[in-house]
Amino acid sequence: MAGGTWHGGCYSEITGNLPNRVAPRETGRRADAGPGNRKNNNKTHITMMRIKQSLWGLLLAPVVMAMTAAAPLHAQDDPFAAPAAVVQETAVVATDAAGDVAVVATEAVAVAAPEEESEGPAEPDEDYTAMAAKYGATFDFFTISNLWVLLAAALVFMMHLGFASLESGLTQAKNTTNILFKNVFIICMGIIAYLLYGFNAMYPGDFNGWFAVGTPVTMADYGDTDFSYGGTGLCMTGWTDFIFQAMFAATAATIVSGAVAERIKLPAFMLGATLLVAFIYPITGSWKWGGGWLDQMGFYDFAGSSLVHGFGGFAALAAVIVLGPRAGKYVDGKIKPILGHSMPLATIGVFLLFFGWFGFNGGSVLSANPEAVSYVFVTTAVAAAAGGLASIFTAWMFIKKPDLSMSLNGILAGLVGITAGADSITLYGSVIVGAIAGVIVIFSILFLDRIKIDDPVGAISVHGVCGIWGTIAVGLSFFNGGNEDFSFVTQLIGTLSICGFAFIVSLIIFGLIKAIFGLRVSAEEEEEGLDIGEHGQEAYPDFVANK
Amino acid sequence: MKKIEAIIKPFKLEEVKDALADLGIEGMTVSEVKGFGRQKGHTEIYRGSEYTVDFLPKIKIEVVLAEDVVEKAAAAIVKAAKTGKIGDGKVFISPVEEAIRIRTDETGEKAV
Repeated sequence: MAGGTWHGGCYSEITGNLPNRVAPRETGRRADAGPGNRKNNNKTHITMMRIKQSLWGLLLAPVVMAMTAAAPLHAQDDPFAAPAAVVQETAVVATDAAGDVAVVATEAVAVAAPEEESEGPAEPDEDYTAMAAKYGATFDFFTISNLWVLLAAALVFMMHLGFASLESGLTQAKNTTNILFKNVFIICMGIIAYLLYGFNAMYPGDFNGWFAVGTPVTMADYGDTDFSYGGTGLCMTGWTDFIFQAMFAATAATIVSGAVAERIKLPAFMLGATLLVAFIYPITGSWKWGGGWLDQMGFYDFAGSSLVHGFGGFAALAAVIVLGPRAGKYVDGKIKPILGHSMPLATIGVFLLFFGWFGFNGGSVLSANPEAVSYVFVTTAVAAAAGGLASIFTAWMFIKKPDLSMSLNGILAGLVGITAGADSITLYGSVIVGAIAGVIVIFSILFLDRIKIDDPVGAISVHGVCGIWGTIAVGLSFFNGGNEDFSFVTQLIGTLSICGFAFIVSLIIFGLIKAIFGLRVSAEEEEEGLDIGEHGQEAYPDFVANK
Repeated sequence: MKKIEAIIKPFKLEEVKDALADLGIEGMTVSEVKGFGRQKGHTEIYRGSEYTVDFLPKIKIEVVLAEDVVEKAAAAIVKAAKTGKIGDGKVFISPVEEAIRIRTDETGEKAV
């Protein structure tokens, strides 16, 4: 809690200035007070600040204590209190009712909580026993599937940490706070927007196949849980379905934040990203996963190569075109590299993304079907690995040096490439899909730079271009093993319409924002760094980290 | 009193420090700097685009000494920092008007 930076707001109230680098605490501590009004005024300020700090502490302490004290007040309604006693019975009932069905991992059942609310009609443990007795082994499978998809949702959430790290690593130190702030905003906005509008707009049930108006999610939506698997029933509760999809929605926006980094105005970005995620993402999402016209046409996108990554990548392309490149990037017809400030952060980011992708693809099976989930894990991993290797060697051959950041992009390219068909592409087909994605991404990055599309992190190439590749690969019989359900033409139509729609709408949104509010920071601010310009707060205040 | 400023290659720092310590000179200030003389920069490549790095990392050592040790110290620094290859660096000697030890308020040669 040193000096200026934390007290950004209240410090400026005291002094009317921006926080300065010299922590006033240091000057206040001098034992030799000495003569001079200036020093005495500093002491007054210090004392005032100390009083304010302690007042906050005095206020917060009782509030926190009150909140913690309030929690046990609802102990008697606690739905988690019951299950412990019920676990054994469940196991017994299941094996008796269907003796030949292997009940896998009964311990997992102990963790699952009964999903009725405290105002439900029956006592929690009665309902639980009744459900288990009625549905038998199906209930166990349901519970395990539900648990797996919840874990997958948490893994997809982790990808936001991956994006934040990767983006800040590949951009300059002076813009780090800004990048991180955008990522923090996106996950918060994405979840709430999806809650209030997006989820029901994307999964409206019966609709015209093109567009449905969204409504907030309500408790009434998920009062009954359907235990059937396949058909209309999902092998999870409605809440799991919601939270899993909500994590995907926020991912689409964070792709844009990387491409527009280091020169976009923060409020402009926040507005644009909110519009894209809240209103546009559910439209294209409904076309396939919501049962819309693409779904009816036979289009297939397992975990979102087009719906999430293609969408984000091409929305990013439009934004970058409207925004323009960073200052000093393209000078006299030459490309001047603007170095990322932290390769360790970038690498950590990609590994976190790889880690989270097991949930992204694995959870998209939407059940704990052992064969499907395990197969998807394998295809995801081999495609990522193949992408990484392909990028390493392609970059080495064409750029003469093994470039770390390109190799990292290659891993992601492989992951994006397999995302459309992780469950339907053959094993070695996955390796090749990933490898081709790893090659494509290198050339795409180089090409975009040549045509003066400035993308600091390679988001457009990784997500947009490889998203298209991954989607159409599903339609090629070489990769899908001759599966007649998939058609190359349908895949092509699907991916082009989703990416094209995202591109056009993003062009309009950012074009309007540019015309009305202005999209770019001033040249001085871009030079000085967005951390100071937009936030008044540096990510690396006291020491120099490269640039 | 004289001040010696020496710009040397970074990996030579330990050697120079030891050489000065052998002469009984224990204090110095060291900073990381970038610079170039006649040594040209080199090209690096980032995400497919080449760029030249003109400024090379160097270490600057500053040490303020009494007159009688200056020549020996300068010679020791040159000997320790020399590799014979381009980019070895330079040594500058300048006069110092006054020096004050902060803890004891000593001045002059007693302070260095």
